[in-house]
Amino acid sequence: MDTFLGLDALVLARIQFGFTVAFHFIFPAFTIGLASYLAVLNGMFLWTKDEAYLRLFKFWVKIFAISFAMGVVSGIVMSYQFGTNWSVFSDRAGPVIGPLMAYEVLTAFFLEAGFLGIMLFGRDKVGPGLHMTATCLVAFGTAVSATWILSVNSWMHTPAGFVMGENGQFLPDDWLAAIFNPSFPYRLAHTLTAAFLGTAFVVGGVGGWHLLRGRHDNRGVRTMFSMAMWMAAVVAPLQLVLGHEQGLNTYEYQPTKVLAMEGHFESYDDGIPLILFGIPDQEAGEMRYAVEIPRIGGPILGKGLDASMDGLDTVPRSEEPPVAIVFWSFRVMVGIGMVMIGVGLWSLWSRWRGRLYDDRWLHRVSVLMAPSGIVAIIAGWITTEVGRQPYTVYGLMRTSESMSPIGAQAVGTSLMAFIVIYFAVFGAGIIYLLKLMLKAPEKGESEKDSDGPIRTAGITPGTTPEVSPAE
Amino acid sequence: MEISFDLTVAWALLLAFAVYVYVVLDGFDLGIGILYPAFPRKEDRDLMMNTVAPVWDGNETWLVLGGGGLFAAFPLAYAIIMPALYPPIIAMLLALVFRGVAFEFRWRAGNRFSEKFWDWAFIGGSTVAAMAQGIALGALLQGIEVDGRAYGGGWWDWLTPFTLTCGLAVVFGYGLLGACWLNWRTEGYVRKHSRNIARILGFVTVGFIGIVSLWTPFLEAAYFERWYSWPQMLQVAPVPILVVLFILFLGKELYNESNDWMPFVLTLGLFLLCFIGLGVCMWPYVIPTSVTMYDAASPFKSQLFMFVGAIILVPIILGYTAFAYYVFRGKIKPGEGYH
Ligand code: HDD
Ligand code: HEM
Ligand code: HEM
Repeated sequence: MDTFLGLDALVLARIQFGFTVAFHFIFPAFTIGLASYLAVLNGMFLWTKDEAYLRLFKFWVKIFAISFAMGVVSGIVMSYQFGTNWSVFSDRAGPVIGPLMAYEVLTAFFLEAGFLGIMLFGRDKVGPGLHMTATCLVAFGTAVSATWILSVNSWMHTPAGFVMGENGQFLPDDWLAAIFNPSFPYRLAHTLTAAFLGTAFVVGGVGGWHLLRGRHDNRGVRTMFSMAMWMAAVVAPLQLVLGHEQGLNTYEYQPTKVLAMEGHFESYDDGIPLILFGIPDQEAGEMRYAVEIPRIGGPILGKGLDASMDGLDTVPRSEEPPVAIVFWSFRVMVGIGMVMIGVGLWSLWSRWRGRLYDDRWLHRVSVLMAPSGIVAIIAGWITTEVGRQPYTVYGLMRTSESMSPIGAQAVGTSLMAFIVIYFAVFGAGIIYLLKLMLKAPEKGESEKDSDGPIRTAGITPGTTPEVSPAE
Repeated sequence: MEISFDLTVAWALLLAFAVYVYVVLDGFDLGIGILYPAFPRKEDRDLMMNTVAPVWDGNETWLVLGGGGLFAAFPLAYAIIMPALYPPIIAMLLALVFRGVAFEFRWRAGNRFSEKFWDWAFIGGSTVAAMAQGIALGALLQGIEVDGRAYGGGWWDWLTPFTLTCGLAVVFGYGLLGACWLNWRTEGYVRKHSRNIARILGFVTVGFIGIVSLWTPFLEAAYFERWYSWPQMLQVAPVPILVVLFILFLGKELYNESNDWMPFVLTLGLFLLCFIGLGVCMWPYVIPTSVTMYDAASPFKSQLFMFVGAIILVPIILGYTAFAYYVFRGKIKPGEGYH
């Protein structure tokens, strides 16, 4: 068979899709959260006229611009990959998911792109009101974009509202049922919250870093750390609830995925244990070295303490997802979620004792936790997507049937190119982001670096767009 | 079924419109990258990039609409064309990665070496993306092998002298658009220099238009029919006649410096005519001469659902895009900025 480095075209195409979409999603997850944060900061500034908020806005907007650019270019890659790598899937599922993705372009991408320029460069040109509007529209656009794409993705997990055509195509029947398919509301809520939480931990990590460096009297630094810790305290527990609800939904529609997430190779007839850790051995169909708590698995899945359940041993091998990946990625995500809740509680405790800005251990931990949200997001997606295997459209269309007619050589070569270029380009971008984050937000922070882009005529040189409500 | 018939045509026109708007907006934008080597000084390059920095993202979104619209309205065509053009499409996407991030990274570089690197990323990315788009267009025109509902050829089929010529044509054409844009939006040295470049690129582009137009009818008997059979010849004759007129006007404008924006508009007109010429060749095929737009069309329900949204949203999008251009209007002066 035609292979590249021993891998066949299907495996290569899957690696390529997984790699590019995981890279893509890092940036939107961060910009969805950051765009709303910026809108809040700008709003607080206009409302209170407190310079600390403006300073923070200018600090984070530079970071936002870089991250946004990386999100856009990696996203354009995604929108063409459906055709290049999954052309059979595109042909068959296109009539249903194509229009939803077209709506994403029309309602979200244009909105973000159209007002981004004004948000980044337009404060002096359009006045504070319109500038605020543009900032809100960009934030709104990012959320709308997530809504459509998650609807598409959810449809692949829990397809609804379609009929099968003679030529094998999925044909739309009821648009509302297709858009609001059973897993969509859960996935949307959980993912948006994940984006906010992930961003909050980045912001908190940056704040913690500057507090550790002794920038206690920098009001910008204090404000950002405090805001991030509020988010952690409030949203992390909420995320647990939303994730749990989503798990129940998945158990209803994709029980095999939940069996893989929980590592249940065996069936039970008197009480379901909760397996905390273990080494899944899919060949032998057992969990080695399992550390488990008896019986409480039942209540977690909404059953009794002595419930019974069919395990993966009742599922044909050809219908099982790769258990180890799903099992472990799920544990990474949930583990991080638990630690986040812990950090949130800790911050409440420190705040209550009035030591939020002096608790050096809290600051150290928040620096350590800065990337945790992003890691949890990727782990969550791996759980979801790998758990859907061996299907692209769950129960109806297999991944192996979705491939484009392209040889392993072509896919392998492009995969290499993607890996090298993504690491180089986005690696450089992440270094630039870190450089900006490690410089504390100063008084009179400019919207751009000393060397920043110069703008069109009409910007009076030298005016920092400080408080100018007169416009 | 009469009504779904019309909807398919409407979608074909709407997609053609999206692609043309993409060429209008992103053409000059890519052109600026293509012209970078002719402006070695940092100040000039900063200025050139600043003429598009606030709008480039919006410009590129029309490409996403083109791809996404094709996926939604003609999924079969999308499923055949993308694998057929696999290498040029991937090259274009990667090139757009380099060029897109250069807008931000150039200002963050911090030292001469990385700044040069991102300058070259911008140049290389813009040029390769333009070349790949031209190649894709040429490959579509020369025909794609179809087997059932899938692409049936090999992964080098797209590479022929004709497609390479089309690729170069687009690179020079976008360069010309970029030069005309700079002539309009800048002052001083950059404006003067870009006008000189526009004169040269004008000749080159016209040459390429000539070559491609003469070559195309010989690719397929059907194209030849379109242009050279009587009485159809009469219907299509205005296209070449207008092309010649536009070329004459463009030449006149580039040599009499009477009006700054006129050369840009005339070049866009010229591109529109080429685009119409292309449509004349391809109609009613999406993949000449194997898949018509009716074969590839998604079901009526899909097309209708999107059409309602598109009819409402596209004018709104055009409106706020125009507003963004209006906010950042006017000549960009060298050295002007915040600091
Ligand atoms: C609109 C659809 C869609 C969306 C929004 C996502 N995916 Fe997905 N994903 C797919 C559609 C898809 C797919 C086309 O259906 C793939 C390709 C092959 C497959 O089985 O599913 C896939 C595969 C796939 C794989 C490989 C799984 C395997 O083959 O075993 C991974 C790791 C991810 N995705 C990860 C992600 C991440 C991190 C996402 C976050 C943005 C994401 N996916 C969003
Ligand atoms: C396979 C799936 C995906 C495709 C095809 C895709 C496509 C795209 C495209 C084409 C862009 C650039 C838009 C522009 O030109 O402005 C983009 C950006 C974006 N995408 Fe994705 N995307 C995918 C997954 C996701 C997911 C899962 C989310 C959110 C939950 C998401 C959220 C965003 C957002 C918010 C942006 C704006 C840019 C940014 O914030 O960085 N995308 N995407
Ligand atoms: C604390 C407890 C958490 C639980 C119980 C939980 C549970 C889940 C479940 C059940 C899924 C669905 C897998 C499926 O589709 O079947 C999921 C997916 C996901 N999780 Fe979590 N999660 C938690 C925390 C987090 C955190 C902290 C983040 C990120 C900051 C996160 C991000 C995601 C993402 C991005 C997905 C994939 C999108 C989706 O399908 O919703 N999760 N999670």
